[in-house]
Amino acid sequence: MTTVPSQEKSYGDLQGETVLVFLEQRAGSWNRMSFEALAAGQQLAATLGTTCSAAVLGTGPSLSTLAVELAAKQLERVYAVDHALLEPYTADGYVHALQQLIEHAAPAFVLLPHTYQVRDFAPALATRLRQVLISDVIAIHVGVGEGSGPVFVRQLLQGKLNADYRPTSDSGPAFISIQAGSYRADAVLSGAAGTTTIIEPFSPQLTPSQLRSQPGEPFRQSAQTVDLSAAPVIVSVGRGIGEQENIPLVEELAKALGAELAASRPICDNGWLPMERQVGSSGQTVSPKLYLAVGISGAIQHLVGMKGSKSVIAINKDENAPIFEVADYGVVGDMFEIVPELTKAILAAKS
Amino acid sequence: MKILVAIKQVPERDAQIHIASTGRLAGRWIDEDDLAYSINEPDAYALEEALQLKERLQQGEVIVLCAGPERVLSTLREALAKGADRAIHVAVEADDLAARDTLGVATLLADAIRAESPDLILTGLQSEDLGLGQTGVVLAELLSIPHVTIILQVEKTGTGLRVKRELEDGWFQHVDLPLPALLTIQSGGNKLRYATLMGIKKAKTKETKTVSAAPAAAPSIALDRVYLPEKQKKTQMLTGTSAEVAAQLVEKLKFEVRVI
Ligand SMILES: Cc1cc2nc3c(=O)[nH]c(=O)nc-3n(C[C@H](O)[C@H](O)[C@H](O)COP(=O)(O)OP(=O)(O)OC[C@H]3O[C@@H](n4cnc5c(N)ncnc54)[C@H](O)[C@@H]3O)c2cc1C
Ligand SMILES: Nc1ncnc2c1ncn2[C@@H]1O[C@H](COP(=O)(O)O)[C@@H](O)[C@H]1O
Repeated sequence: MTTVPSQEKSYGDLQGETVLVFLEQRAGSWNRMSFEALAAGQQLAATLGTTCSAAVLGTGPSLSTLAVELAAKQLERVYAVDHALLEPYTADGYVHALQQLIEHAAPAFVLLPHTYQVRDFAPALATRLRQVLISDVIAIHVGVGEGSGPVFVRQLLQGKLNADYRPTSDSGPAFISIQAGSYRADAVLSGAAGTTTIIEPFSPQLTPSQLRSQPGEPFRQSAQTVDLSAAPVIVSVGRGIGEQENIPLVEELAKALGAELAASRPICDNGWLPMERQVGSSGQTVSPKLYLAVGISGAIQHLVGMKGSKSVIAINKDENAPIFEVADYGVVGDMFEIVPELTKAILAAKS
Repeated sequence: MKILVAIKQVPERDAQIHIASTGRLAGRWIDEDDLAYSINEPDAYALEEALQLKERLQQGEVIVLCAGPERVLSTLREALAKGADRAIHVAVEADDLAARDTLGVATLLADAIRAESPDLILTGLQSEDLGLGQTGVVLAELLSIPHVTIILQVEKTGTGLRVKRELEDGWFQHVDLPLPALLTIQSGGNKLRYATLMGIKKAKTKETKTVSAAPAAAPSIALDRVYLPEKQKKTQMLTGTSAEVAAQLVEKLKFEVRVI
């Protein structure tokens, strides 16, 4: 991605160009990450001295209820994008509808939460408008460097590096998706007393033949027999364990601590521990008193599942592992040396 | 069924990363010398899904496709050894590839795919180096075919496919869609196979076609710089021998965390 100075937007040009935030709902309930994206959108608009609007897609009374709820936030406008074919979600429906909305509202920035659903449609939406989505953004900086527009920070190499990205195209809006946990949902500003947000109904043109895929009802795999969400102490193991034969090492540590054993996704993918012990965005969300992470790198999809822990201890041989970013206590070293010593010391302390 | 799998070669997970200090991408990418590379993990699952689908249907062809410099040939060869029928290598220098944005990379892949018109295209859901999670979806859009993302299982039906899509928090759904189509594959849907000695031998006789890359168009986004993330949290690091560290941890567990 080379620098193209001639197409650079200057800070001044951006004033008056608006921010549009997409909020995700399913069956009338918000995806909680939507409000993190909304906080990001409001903050970006404020720094640019411009306005922030929001869009929600769906149909019927449940959509109206959501739009009214949104209108209580500090927003210029709420677009209630209503069409019977927008329930249930399909990528085709959303791309068609949002393309029309964006052509109508002409925002300079479109912010979305980096959810599974957004991953599914936003890259296609951006492509249709000949733009490129800057995905999984963790921070936005405005006014760094002379006369430059906002810079969007995202992670590379599973969190080992950060990178600054900048939109360079003038032909359409910049598309940005916001990583889970990067902005605080409780930072969303409510509208000042006496101000009203306009709710603008928007009816996109959609026909059944445009929807090429047919989604089924969501389901859960099997009855969950392990409820990690209630566990006060969790020992969690990652790929640092090396092989299945080594699992007893952490089982013994968990037993000594009276802890539940949990794992990162690759451990469950390999079948070394059952799926129901997986913590993260596609597994369980936990908030124990202690989360002891052993040989886990701390990818964002894992962190979102355990960030709420009261205290976190991490053992990892790589001092730059992102897991240390969320740990209260860290040990850089080989788990095969440290874990047996720790198990021994805990048993001794307990007896 | 003709199945094409886009596989990417990425730095090995444990690789020590250094920011490039010289060359066209100084300060904007990593130093690629002395790095070890392997197949992007979800792409290995995409290949596995394709091979199993072909085996179940007892007919068809699996083609692997990778855009990158000469070193990616080793990843393509490994895919052939695992059972892919042939390979396509889009030859593009590492700094040229890194200078293209998602649309640019997807355009490279789309150009190579059009001549093949596969029934099904599989990609990984996300690459471990760039982590964009987009190339597959953009590719589907460029080829005007339907797509579904984060897929764990693929089944052929009378009219097309039924796939199992992962949703958040342990939920799933089935999606039906017609062919041709593109799916982005999530890790863990299958058990990965190893290349057999026989497979490695056979791979030597299989075709690898090299196609050249069209020059890059002006990108829509620019990567200005890469840098080490700033530590935000004050983590208390415990040091010493294993026994010393264990003793300190027990202190913390007793008096700070209060779980023993
Ligand atoms: C859509 C999506 C959903 C996902 N959902 C989840 C999810 O729900 N949960 C989840 O966990 N992941 C999930 N992932 C995967 C996630 O991105 C990471 O790939 C995964 O969390 C990595 O697991 P890990 O930390 O165990 O492995 P790695 O990233 O391979 O890390 C292994 C760590 O072990 C350390 N190590 C190695 N040897 C030793 C040793 N001897 N002693 C000490 N340390 C050692 C290494 O330094 C490294 O940091 C998801 C990904 C996607 C794209
Ligand atoms: N250079 C490449 N060659 C082949 N496939 C690629 C390449 N880059 C990305 N892909 C595919 O696109 C998927 C998603 O990558 P990304 O959008 O970078 O996260 C990968 O898992 C690959 O299947």
